[in-house]
Amino acid sequence: MSAPATLAVSNLRTRFGGVSAGATVVDGVSFSLQPGRTTALVGESGCGKSVTALSLMRLIEPPGHIVSGSVTLDGRDLLALDEREMERVRGARIGMVFQDPLTSLNPALSIGGQIVETLQTHQPMSRAQAERKAIELLARVGVANPEQRIHDFPHHFSGGMRQRVLIAAAISCSPSVIIADEPTTALDVTVQAKILRLLHDLQRDMGAALLLITHDLGIVAAMADEVLVMYAGRIVERADVDTLFHNPRHPYTKALLACVAGIEDDRRTPLEPIGGSAPDLRNPPPGCRFAPRCPSAQDICRRQDQTLRSVCSDHEAACVLVETELSLV
Amino acid sequence: MSSLPASARAGHSELASAAPTPLHDPRSSARFWRLKSFARDRGALVSGLFLLAVVLAVVFAPLIAHYGPDEADNFARYKPIGTLGHILGTDQQGRDMLARLLFGGRVSLLVGVVPTLVAGAIGLGLGLTAGFVRGLVDQIIMRCLDVVFAFPMVLLAIAIAGSMRPGVLTEILAITIVLIPYFARLARTATEGVMPVPFIEAARAAGGAPMTIMVRYVLPNVFSPVVVYATTLMGLMIVVGSGLSFLGLGVQPPTADWGAMVAEGRVVLRRAPHVTILPGCAILVVSLAFNFLGDGVRDALDPRTIRR
Repeated sequence: MSAPATLAVSNLRTRFGGVSAGATVVDGVSFSLQPGRTTALVGESGCGKSVTALSLMRLIEPPGHIVSGSVTLDGRDLLALDEREMERVRGARIGMVFQDPLTSLNPALSIGGQIVETLQTHQPMSRAQAERKAIELLARVGVANPEQRIHDFPHHFSGGMRQRVLIAAAISCSPSVIIADEPTTALDVTVQAKILRLLHDLQRDMGAALLLITHDLGIVAAMADEVLVMYAGRIVERADVDTLFHNPRHPYTKALLACVAGIEDDRRTPLEPIGGSAPDLRNPPPGCRFAPRCPSAQDICRRQDQTLRSVCSDHEAACVLVETELSLV
Repeated sequence: MSSLPASARAGHSELASAAPTPLHDPRSSARFWRLKSFARDRGALVSGLFLLAVVLAVVFAPLIAHYGPDEADNFARYKPIGTLGHILGTDQQGRDMLARLLFGGRVSLLVGVVPTLVAGAIGLGLGLTAGFVRGLVDQIIMRCLDVVFAFPMVLLAIAIAGSMRPGVLTEILAITIVLIPYFARLARTATEGVMPVPFIEAARAAGGAPMTIMVRYVLPNVFSPVVVYATTLMGLMIVVGSGLSFLGLGVQPPTADWGAMVAEGRVVLRRAPHVTILPGCAILVVSLAFNFLGDGVRDALDPRTIRR
């Protein structure tokens, strides 16, 4: 932890449903985002990545609710703000890019209108000023002929172009944190690369912290500085990107990496799927949640929660093996 | 093409300080393309112009008709269409049909248009609020409207109109009350359809206040079905209003109203069919025109039909 964190999440817990029936989808998650750095949040579907992001924005709808924890942005706990103060944070201090560009734009409002809307919500400016700024933003994200295109409607744009528009809206107020929730999942591969490059450039130029949520390890390798691996509502490993790919310590991370096909791989050796399936969060297994699927699970794993422990500076894994391996050294 | 200096197009922040140049080319605004899309729809355009002509005709009725609507002439009864001085003939009391159609049109159009607009606005507000806020507010609004819904539309209108002094205002009020739940339910259903679409969540993530989201994001997507429904109902409401007049709950004779004219004319249908057919045709044609207009309005409001 060298630079001061822009956004610090501590022991965040988000639950859907009541005390008796329900699921704690985000269970004690802690991490921090640094300015100018990209943090990737990786995990399979349903592990709580998106809910974590929505919790940061306080956009969890009932029956979901944030049970405990803190989200500190520039020294203020977002979870303690009232709703009006939170509205001033959303879009202004934290910009969010959603998964599906096709449905994330208002079909009844022109492209320019939507960006102008966000700008005028947060900054006192005239419509003409806001339109100028919108044109500038659209040019910045690579929309050709922005002067004309601000009057177009979302259906005039392709998926990739719409995602550019959404990115323009997300960065319109120069936020210090950008959350991108699977920003390229709905796009085809060639467009994916362009959108990721754009996000990377913008984040570098603006010095913002980028939280990139994805299940694609290829994107992680290309984009991230730091990686958080999430499993069943918990962060099981945190490391910088090189360490994570070359020296993963948690068995889940290892298994995840083993699932990815490499271009030099021998096609005759089959990929290794992870046996079993993710636990039902309404009724999670005791102890380490990966234990039922873990090839190296021990008795203690099934009895006792495994907390994150430090492997070395900037590398943590929630596995009992970290200690045994360290003691062997 | 471009109304901006080159430095601005490069997309840097000098733009904010760049000299203000006019941005508004009228051809580039959405309103322009909406109008254009509407004009391209022949049926809607013709219907709109026709309705405009009808409205002008009934407003300036005294200038067009040479007789008063209630001016009876015992020596000129049952004159057929085309009679000199009475272009559309006369009815059984020798009243000029053209004058009666024009003056009667005032009442019929008022009864068709005003309640639909008022009920449309109220119903849209109620349905939008119910669908957006949900919870207890939703329950209270919709259950109250369900009470109104429980009665057949025309029967309830008759009951309301019957409890008050007959007249145009009574007619308008009765039809308005009866229509509100229909609009509210439509607006609520449309709101419910819009709410789960991700752009609402995206708007919240961009810091939109609930009121802003309701008005700028939900309303425009709910508006067009309500407008279309309104234009199609206008024709129907002329018929319902005529029905109330026919039953003696609306305007009272001798005041003309297309519905009342049909009712009076049916007695002499064999002898002078035009007395019934003319107001009947007026109702039919105006209702039809409202329907075509509704189609055109829907297409014009749907941004997907805006072409370049």
